[in-house]
Amino acid sequence: MSKIQIPLGPQHPALKEPENFMLVLDGEQIVDATVNLGYNHRGVEKAAENRNYIQDIYLIERICGICSHSHVSCYINAVEEIAKAEVPQRAKAIRTLVAELERVHSHLLWLGVAAFELGYDTLFMYTWRDREQVLDCLEMISGNRVHYGINTIGGVRRDITKEQAEEILKKIKFLHERTSYYVGVVTEEPTFLARTQNVGKLPKDVALELNAVGPTARASGVDIDVRRDEPYFIYDQLDFKVITHNTEDVFGRAVVRVLETIESYKMIEQILKNLPEGPISVKVPWKIGPGEAVFRYEAPRGEDIHYVKANGTEYPERVKVRAPTLANFQSIPYCLKNGYLADAIITIAAIDPCMSCTDRAVVYDYKTGKKEVFDWEGLRKYSIEFYKKKGVSFK
Amino acid sequence: MKKKPLRLLPEAIKQLTQKPATSKYPFEKAKVYPNFRARILFESEKCIGCKMCMRVCPSKAIEIIISDTQPAAQTGPDGNPIPQKKKFDCIMNLDRCIYCAQCVDICPKKALKSSEDFELAQLDRTKLKLHYK
Repeated sequence: MSKIQIPLGPQHPALKEPENFMLVLDGEQIVDATVNLGYNHRGVEKAAENRNYIQDIYLIERICGICSHSHVSCYINAVEEIAKAEVPQRAKAIRTLVAELERVHSHLLWLGVAAFELGYDTLFMYTWRDREQVLDCLEMISGNRVHYGINTIGGVRRDITKEQAEEILKKIKFLHERTSYYVGVVTEEPTFLARTQNVGKLPKDVALELNAVGPTARASGVDIDVRRDEPYFIYDQLDFKVITHNTEDVFGRAVVRVLETIESYKMIEQILKNLPEGPISVKVPWKIGPGEAVFRYEAPRGEDIHYVKANGTEYPERVKVRAPTLANFQSIPYCLKNGYLADAIITIAAIDPCMSCTDRAVVYDYKTGKKEVFDWEGLRKYSIEFYKKKGVSFK
Repeated sequence: MKKKPLRLLPEAIKQLTQKPATSKYPFEKAKVYPNFRARILFESEKCIGCKMCMRVCPSKAIEIIISDTQPAAQTGPDGNPIPQKKKFDCIMNLDRCIYCAQCVDICPKKALKSSEDFELAQLDRTKLKLHYK
């Protein structure tokens, strides 16, 4: 039988965001796959250079809707490192609390999405109903459900009262009970097992070679977690386990995520019971630097890296973002190969992809079919000519 | 691995006797928490025109301008004019505002305040530009 090449995306009902996966099929089996990025590029890194450090907090928060706190915390830690700001312990504890609440909401969202991709809508509905509890906690602390805006340079913007802490503990207790039930569903329900076991295999050595991060890597038995390996905030004072699994498939990734959620509940309880007293922020000058810093952060999807270069003004010279999905995208073609077309969607969804976080631009000439990567000088020359054609003068 | 079919069935049956998880939003008022971040309110008497809010606004939604009508000049008992506080207006573009409330945090005189008014959808775009006097 001859091989057929079919595109999955950029417009596809199963993909939540536009991205293209070219699949080469032999019958129903996938023999080759490529990932094409570039449909959702927003130029956030360039836009960050034209805004001051405080404005950048809200721009960088909007890189991702699910792990918004992760990106901001990563950026802000890099900025604070350059500014040599001493962040109060209470601020660090609140940041950790929001980070863990965010991990809970992200993993419950993923479980729902994965169940939906498997056609198991009952689980999808129940996980998303329970996820509302954690979103309520986040709204109560920060004033918003998704873009919390809790971070500011030098600390956090809002304090936690005793009543709020009690309310969160009550909700977390309820969620703990519910998630323990979902652990049973994920590990014992035959519908779930039939669709996830031995699907999207990623052996440990391949995961290491392709630099997989986060739950994708941990499900392949790679024992990495920035929270333990290079502790930031107050993670060094918390007692938690790094969850790994050895099945190396989609099932393992689901188990890692639900068990991680339970670890997060334990951490939230520890933080709220020993919340340090003191101020919640320190003043940091508007002008920062010169200097540069890199920060690693364990986002719900994996390791997030931000690089910030400051030049002594109130605007950063360069902000570079390496979202976890970009690292995990490298493993998708391997996972898809030798699988079936029906499993392609859950294999892609298993890394919890966030396309807009990760997107990169590439120049594609549709007449010749040539792809090109610009260097800095070439891009600058091109942009000046582009605007000149539009009638913008450069005097 | 032990398989247990129909794990979610008891849960689904239990739900039949329970109230729906969703609320009937437009007919029932949605509940928000006390420090919710919605439409920003402005008090002209407190504003000193430092324009810090304009400097930190990530989406350039807020603009502080000097009012058309200024308080009348007054003279003291010795005949010298008493300096009056200038009056400022605020133009708020609700279509640009991202409701981060950073302007509320930075305002040194607490002239800006978050409200709980979140039902801001409009069919007419001009109604999204508010002029607080």
